Amino acid sequence: MAHTLTFTFGPENVSQTPSPYDEGAVHDSFHQLIQEQSWLAEQELVEMQEMTNVTSRGRENLAYIVSPARQTEACEAPEQTEEHPGFSSATLRILASMPSRTIGRNRGAILSQYYNRTARLRRRSTRPPLQEVSHSARPSLRQLGIDLDSSREEEDTKRNLLVKELQSLPASQRVNMLQAMPLSLAEKRSLRQDSSGHSGTLRKPKTTAPLSHCSRLKYYVIIGFRNLWYSWLSFLHTLQPWHYSLKQISGRFGSSILSYFLFLKTLIMFNLFFFLILLVFVVAMQAAYPPATPNNETFTGLEPLTGAGYFSHTLMYYGYYSNFTLNDPCASGSNITRCWQSQDVHLPYNMPLAYLFAVGVAFIVTCILLVYSMSRSFGESYRVGSASGDLAVKVFCAWDYKVIQARSVGLQSENICTQLKECLAERQSRSHPLNLCNRLQRLVVLLLAWMISLGTVLGCVIAVYYFSEYIHQVHHDRLTRSMQTGNEALLLALPLLVSLINLLMPYMYNFLAAWEKQESPVLEVYIAICRNLILKMVILGLLCYHWLSRKVTSSKIKCWETYVGQELYRLVMMDFIFTLLDTFFGELIWRIILEGKKQSKQRPEFDIARNVLELIYGQTLTWLGVFFAPLLPAVQILKLVLLFYIKKTSLMRNCQSPSKPWRASHMSTIFITLLCFPSFLGASIFLSYTIWSVRPSEKCGPFQSLATIYDSGKMWVTQLEKSNPNLTWFTWIHQHMIQNTFFLFVISGILLSVIYLNIQVVKGQRRVISLLKEQIANEGEDKTFLIQKLHAVYGK
Amino acid sequence: MDYKRDPGVTVPMQLIINMPELQENPFKERIVQSFSEDGEGNLSFNDFVDMFSVLSETAPRELKAIYAFKIYDFNSDNFICKSDLEQTLNKLTKEDLTEEEVMLVCEKVIDEADMDADGKLGFTDFENMISKAPDFLSTFHIRI
Repeated sequence: MAHTLTFTFGPENVSQTPSPYDEGAVHDSFHQLIQEQSWLAEQELVEMQEMTNVTSRGRENLAYIVSPARQTEACEAPEQTEEHPGFSSATLRILASMPSRTIGRNRGAILSQYYNRTARLRRRSTRPPLQEVSHSARPSLRQLGIDLDSSREEEDTKRNLLVKELQSLPASQRVNMLQAMPLSLAEKRSLRQDSSGHSGTLRKPKTTAPLSHCSRLKYYVIIGFRNLWYSWLSFLHTLQPWHYSLKQISGRFGSSILSYFLFLKTLIMFNLFFFLILLVFVVAMQAAYPPATPNNETFTGLEPLTGAGYFSHTLMYYGYYSNFTLNDPCASGSNITRCWQSQDVHLPYNMPLAYLFAVGVAFIVTCILLVYSMSRSFGESYRVGSASGDLAVKVFCAWDYKVIQARSVGLQSENICTQLKECLAERQSRSHPLNLCNRLQRLVVLLLAWMISLGTVLGCVIAVYYFSEYIHQVHHDRLTRSMQTGNEALLLALPLLVSLINLLMPYMYNFLAAWEKQESPVLEVYIAICRNLILKMVILGLLCYHWLSRKVTSSKIKCWETYVGQELYRLVMMDFIFTLLDTFFGELIWRIILEGKKQSKQRPEFDIARNVLELIYGQTLTWLGVFFAPLLPAVQILKLVLLFYIKKTSLMRNCQSPSKPWRASHMSTIFITLLCFPSFLGASIFLSYTIWSVRPSEKCGPFQSLATIYDSGKMWVTQLEKSNPNLTWFTWIHQHMIQNTFFLFVISGILLSVIYLNIQVVKGQRRVISLLKEQIANEGEDKTFLIQKLHAVYGK
Repeated sequence: MDYKRDPGVTVPMQLIINMPELQENPFKERIVQSFSEDGEGNLSFNDFVDMFSVLSETAPRELKAIYAFKIYDFNSDNFICKSDLEQTLNKLTKEDLTEEEVMLVCEKVIDEADMDADGKLGFTDFENMISKAPDFLSTFHIRI
């Protein structure tokens, strides 16, 4: 069994790999290496000279200076005599020139293979017909001679054919085809040059006559722009945030933990996009035209935590935003209607409409982006018929080339060794299935574990419900008695409880999983994710119901939207504080305990699934609250940036590499699916319900005097129709398509039939795959038969 | 050396495998050898760029599969036979597996992946097996 290696942890481990920014250190080390190498080369040269002097009599020593082209043949011959000891040299020569042995090595073979592929690409419509598939990936026999070394002219003709085919492809397909070719970079460059007809680099004109001033100027301008473009591209590359940090993390911990940080980066991008849209269309506009009533609250230190007090009447919350048209040239106040007639251009800005549309458009674009990235990730990670082939995949794909630190590389070798041993043991135990008694026992344990987890979820939900009712009651009483002291601090109690539950329950689920003892670690991870997700989503669902219920919307709270926005802000802040506490206690203190008391060199492991679920939870809160607190995405961005640095520091100092296998691309797909489905879908349902059915508050916000928030949109459509009778088609679309439920049913029907068709296509592809596998096995048998016959003919 | 007329400088393998990105990789010699023109591991600048472009994030899957096959084919006979597999396993696990386990793993791998039943993995077998592993793109990737 693989034993744990002990390492000494010193402070210098953190900066073991020299940063590319310390150029001096890197240059020095290379300088040393170059000097060593040149010294070694001199020594070799001296030895060679001595050898050639000495071996004028013995010719066998010259075999050391064999040319590399012949080396492969020399290697081939002993290899084949091992396999087929009885074969004659003629047979071996013929076998060596088989097309399958020259794939990827013979330049002519590569060229003709890609010529075939390009020609097929040009000719086919969607899928290649089944007759052509039998040629597989081998170069066509018509284009290759039987002997191994093809002459120069043949290669040139093949190259010209390939260039002709490439020229007929559209530009993007040509680039993809060139990228996929296993030729050297110089060759690809020349192929691209020849097939696209213009050179990549600007060359001086071949004429020696002096250029006219016009063309010289044009020449300099073009060179100037090209240089500018290249320097802009390299600047863009350095702008990539955290490039070196991610390299450090992947170098030490591998792709699995890197996927957490990449997910964090993706979330920052989503929030940035949201924030920019809201900033430009809503926040900046309102900031330019502040409302008349001043903010008479004072700033106490508790505001960043509670979000209430001074922050209640700022840009942060819904209540600050005006419900009229800003900068209206014809403002109507009391009974006088005045229209400004100055020379400045006044652009009226309809604030309620802008608020509604900005949030709506941002949500729709986020939805499209999420579905697109989810489908792309799914396409990369799902393979038809990928059930078998576990061991082979482990041997060839398990080594993570990103890991570059010595200690982590050692750990990775150990992990792979352990995984291989487990795989072998599993193969052997598969032949001995569990008997009935054991199976029954496992089923009982499983059922019990699930009942306990669902029971605890129910318990937590009931606790949160009663606690929220109680807090609301107390808050209500305090408001009626108009007691301001300690009001805000009381409001922190509910977020505290929710965050505490979210912190402690996953540890309980870990204990349950340890008691359950699932067979495969992958299933363990799925079950843990499932349970945590159910807990978080049910609690959030309950809180949403509580906020939108009659109690809150029709109670004494003056502005219930601002109240909901503040609640969500408090939840976000508490979540951040508890994440910090969890990092501190879970990783730092645990490491100190392990090192001090138990004297083991084991460090805590970074629990990827739990941390990613926390990120998803935080993002759900942001999406829920963005309508009520437009600056919440900015708060979330700050929180995520801080979280990146804190998690990275804690990881580097306190954690060790993961010891269990983690299928990175598969899990990334699951995470982005979880971000899309329960998280974003839930937030959009909440938002849609708020917009369509809830009555906005009377005295604050952009939708003050309306029955529902959606009415502002309806009003605008009717106004449009009145002002411009040509736009009746727009109102017709609005009335019959968006408000009519029949249209939605039609769309869902179409979607379901498309899904059904795709499922049938996948089934058909599975069948084709099994047919092809049979065909390949038959061809293999044919090949062995022919080789035997060949040997029988030549061996006599 | 006349750099202007004949810029055919090659960097010896010893220097390249001392790069921090490659130093601890058990397959470092094989990686450098697969990308060199002369098969010895001496890389020109174009070969060097080739190597890191194939090992980068956006290289297409087929290209990576071709070079991964070259890397794991230790005796360069265009097939991954049992001895190649044994050498791969020993480098992966730093010789931690017993002889018997190595034999068993090699047999099972060839059983699983060999489709035309010739006892070793050709390029098509290898590519077919790689296509079932979505993680291949992310593990066969060196960050620079």
